[in-house]
Amino acid sequence: MKRGLVVCGFAVLMIASWEIVCRLKIWSPVLLPNPLAVGEYLAQAIRDGTLWQATLVTTKRLLIGYFLSILFGVPLGLLTARFKFAEDTLGVLALGLQTLPSVCWIPLALLWYGQTEGAMLFVVIMGSLWSILIATDNGVRTVPPIYARAASTMGSKNFHTWIKVILPASLPFIVSGMKQGWGFAWRSLMAAEIYVTILTGFGLGHLLHYGRELNAMDQVIGVMLVIITIGLLADKILFSPWEKFLHRRWGTARN
Amino acid sequence: MTIEQELANVTPEKLTVEHVSKWFRTRRATVHALDDVSLTVREGEFVCLVGPSGCGKSTLLNIIAGLESPDAGRVLADGKPVTGPGRERMVMFQESALFPWLDVLDNVMFGLKLKPQLKNQERREVAEFYLKLVGLEKFATANIHELSGGMKQRVALARALAPNPRVLLMDEPFAALDAMTREQLYGDIQQIWAKRRKTIIFVTHNVREAACLGDRVVLFSPNPGRIQEQFTVDLPRPRDINSVELAKHSTEIMRALKRHLRPEISEVAE
Repeated sequence: MKRGLVVCGFAVLMIASWEIVCRLKIWSPVLLPNPLAVGEYLAQAIRDGTLWQATLVTTKRLLIGYFLSILFGVPLGLLTARFKFAEDTLGVLALGLQTLPSVCWIPLALLWYGQTEGAMLFVVIMGSLWSILIATDNGVRTVPPIYARAASTMGSKNFHTWIKVILPASLPFIVSGMKQGWGFAWRSLMAAEIYVTILTGFGLGHLLHYGRELNAMDQVIGVMLVIITIGLLADKILFSPWEKFLHRRWGTARN
Repeated sequence: MTIEQELANVTPEKLTVEHVSKWFRTRRATVHALDDVSLTVREGEFVCLVGPSGCGKSTLLNIIAGLESPDAGRVLADGKPVTGPGRERMVMFQESALFPWLDVLDNVMFGLKLKPQLKNQERREVAEFYLKLVGLEKFATANIHELSGGMKQRVALARALAPNPRVLLMDEPFAALDAMTREQLYGDIQQIWAKRRKTIIFVTHNVREAACLGDRVVLFSPNPGRIQEQFTVDLPRPRDINSVELAKHSTEIMRALKRHLRPEISEVAE
């Protein structure tokens, strides 16, 4: 309750200082619209449905791409951690591709898939898959070998050991890898949407892009605020419960 | 058949170690961990393996558990060669090796879940029975990190006992605990051993601990790991680690130990 008040109070303070800066008329209102103008844009965009529509399109792309990345990234990470051969092939590939900024995938995706949803998904997956894979691999390697030994004396073997011991034991790493992967996916999708017009759906990145084209600073700032809000919400809804659970179980919480 | 054979009431051999040797090859050197070790343990016997670090006692325990394989010789459990780990021989490690992602009850239930013939409700009841046996029934839903070192080892003991193994292999399970907690656990382990009639092999570098717990104390010496001598401790149970009779036994074993390994004395605690 108290922390909620602090967060709200801070937000009010930020908006108030923004308003004050606007009233000082240091910059032209074209470059820095006041909070009210941005609020009006947002209200109008919500009313005519563009904002809602764009958010839906963007989050759909993001969620599909992201969950595909997890679906492949975690098992592949287990694979590279388990088998030397996978480590020397797939592991090295992942390490290499992870260093490639995901914006660099956009030209290739466009040539391969054209201006389609496929291109968007491809960029999102390439952005997050490798970091999830590497985090999983890393997590598995830090699992104390005694866990698997103890499990084996209780009759646990191969697959059972992996699912019931190695995987949960590396969960703290996997969750932080998933969080990082989420960040990468979000970034690559925004880059892709700003960079290319996709005929099948108009996302938040496009709104931002057209805000620039139209010189509509209220739109640019408004959409940026929406993007920030989605990022915050995702963190709270997708990751906070997991992290709280892990901290409680492992005893790594600060208080 | 002679009359002696007819009247003999021999307890069956539970574990037989036959001429086991083991080498560890590292990049720098080859360590001869065990050299032609033979040992027989009867059903229901409490045997302590004592020796300084590096004498191969833990290695032998791991080989009996099936976690490692010998380079020569073999281990028989109930007359059958040991080829891998099995529920019949549960291991308790120095670090509790409890799983931090499970609560106390689920840790104890881990091994039970691998027993297909049980129903889930039965598994729960069995786990609760063993938690009660180690005196931690109130902590069933606690997280592992919330337990003290002694409590963790109790949970580990309950987890090892839960699948109802006939043999319990303990690798310095109390070495990391403080003296008070350790004394409590000496009492508990003797009580549980008497109640459940397990065969226990207990590895330690603490001679007094070995004399307190074991029916038999097997003395190892390092480089290469060998059995030097065996002592029978026939004191009544439960034994008090601070009793004078026990001190006599441990002194005798300690003397033998010093005879066998002059340079390594400092590593062994009395």
